[in-house]
Amino acid sequence: MSAVRQDVVALRRSAPAISPARRLTNALMGGLISLGTLLVVAPLILIFYYLLTTGLQALSPEFFTQTPAPLGETGGGLKNAIIGSITMLSMASVIGILVGVAGGIFLSEYPKHPLMPTIRMLSDVLAGIPAIVMGLVVYGLLVLRFGFSGMAGAIALGFLMIPIVVRTTEETLKLVPRATREAGLALGLPRWKVILQIVLPAAAGGIVTGIMLALARVAGEAAPLLFTAFGNNTVTTNLTEPMSALPVEIFKLATSAYETDRQLAQAASLVLILLILITSLLARYFSSPRKYRAK
Amino acid sequence: MTPILVAKDVDIFYGDFHAIKKVSLNAEIGTVNALIGPSGCGKTTFLRSLNRMHDLTPGARVEGTIQVDGQDIYGPGVDPVAMRRRIGMVFQKPNPFPTMSVLDNTVAGLKLAGVRDKNQLMAVAERSLRGAALWDEVKDRLHMPGMGLSGGQQQRLCIARALAVEPDVLLMDEPTSALDPASTAKIEELMSELKKVTTILIVTHNMQQAARISDTCSVFLNGDMIEHGPTEQIFQHPQDKRTEDYVSGRFG
Repeated sequence: MSAVRQDVVALRRSAPAISPARRLTNALMGGLISLGTLLVVAPLILIFYYLLTTGLQALSPEFFTQTPAPLGETGGGLKNAIIGSITMLSMASVIGILVGVAGGIFLSEYPKHPLMPTIRMLSDVLAGIPAIVMGLVVYGLLVLRFGFSGMAGAIALGFLMIPIVVRTTEETLKLVPRATREAGLALGLPRWKVILQIVLPAAAGGIVTGIMLALARVAGEAAPLLFTAFGNNTVTTNLTEPMSALPVEIFKLATSAYETDRQLAQAASLVLILLILITSLLARYFSSPRKYRAK
Repeated sequence: MTPILVAKDVDIFYGDFHAIKKVSLNAEIGTVNALIGPSGCGKTTFLRSLNRMHDLTPGARVEGTIQVDGQDIYGPGVDPVAMRRRIGMVFQKPNPFPTMSVLDNTVAGLKLAGVRDKNQLMAVAERSLRGAALWDEVKDRLHMPGMGLSGGQQQRLCIARALAVEPDVLLMDEPTSALDPASTAKIEELMSELKKVTTILIVTHNMQQAARISDTCSVFLNGDMIEHGPTEQIFQHPQDKRTEDYVSGRFG
């Protein structure tokens, strides 16, 4: 025992002191890495700085409680757009999450299925479809027949969410160890129960992250809404009526000739970002298995 | 003595690779049967054929007959799901279900199959956890995550989970190879209790372990079962020269 301890002590004593050159290299590299990190988050900081300095002053209680002022008048708010965005994004999430998670499960859990390669390829192609084209497709399929509606906008946004949710669901499910699935099967549980009640909960955190990514992406889309949901100056949650959304209002207001309109656009951008931020924090909070966090 | 598990002329292929060649094996009720042999000899492959785990491996094919309690588990019309219920399995690495508590892990096989009665689940959980010699250690934290236990406790939790569905046969695939010596000793002690309620087939790399815990021993080499017999005979008077070389540590 004591012989070993002496050896350890001797070893510690014989360790050379860190040379100045090595300290310098360490500091230099540390600095470079910090700089890189700073560059990565710089755009985010700039966006918040810009929107807080320009948009905050237009962010009054009226912004949330009033509809846009008639042309030529100042004031007014974007209650119609906030309610419209929340309504359409909720509906789009229903479509995107149901179809997306189901698709992800299929791709991850049934790799031997003959349709698998085709569906994976189609899903990847879908991910590459520009948002405005998606709007056009929905315009052709639905709007020409039923007119502008919040539902048409929600469907366009939902379709845009699907490939993102499919991909992240698939990747997260693949991270769940094979042994977990086998343990479930070895208990005499049918495969679908193993997938839905054991594998899916284990992957919930990653899937929610994917859903939030998809939601954040489509929440800022104006293009596919311009000729589907169209816009509406009155507040409505009726999905069969035309509906406004924050990105659409931002697009209209930012190109306005009036300074107050442009300020309103900046305030709307700030609200949009905060909306996404809050949703994603809430989703994370509710999906994290707090009780069961593995250490 | 009646055999609960009868494997006859089992061949297993992975694509063109002939992994197991005409292996036959009987396991008597209430015995511990060790499968030993060097790495890659096919013992795990054989074990996994006994509860149709190969069904999920692309390209894997099992031939021959395997009967559990007189029923051919690969027979036509046999539901692999119902069949697996009677044949439990414990894996090399402890694999509790990650989102479930100790209690939910233990009774997962019943709960997910639709058993809702809280009293019944609790009774089964206690019986199974006692059976796995884990009850005293976890009775105060049944609602804590199963993943929060130590490695050895997790493995005993997996044993409890397998016991909860009262399997006729329990397959163990190197259950102690990822555990420290103290946990290994606990699980080895447990074996003699476990065989009172079920029949065990255990794959192990550890020959001392096989000698300590098993009643019969099967020696695998390159996909063949070169010798099978009472453990004492395999270790004291092996019939095959290769068995003698292996158990005396000359290769493997």
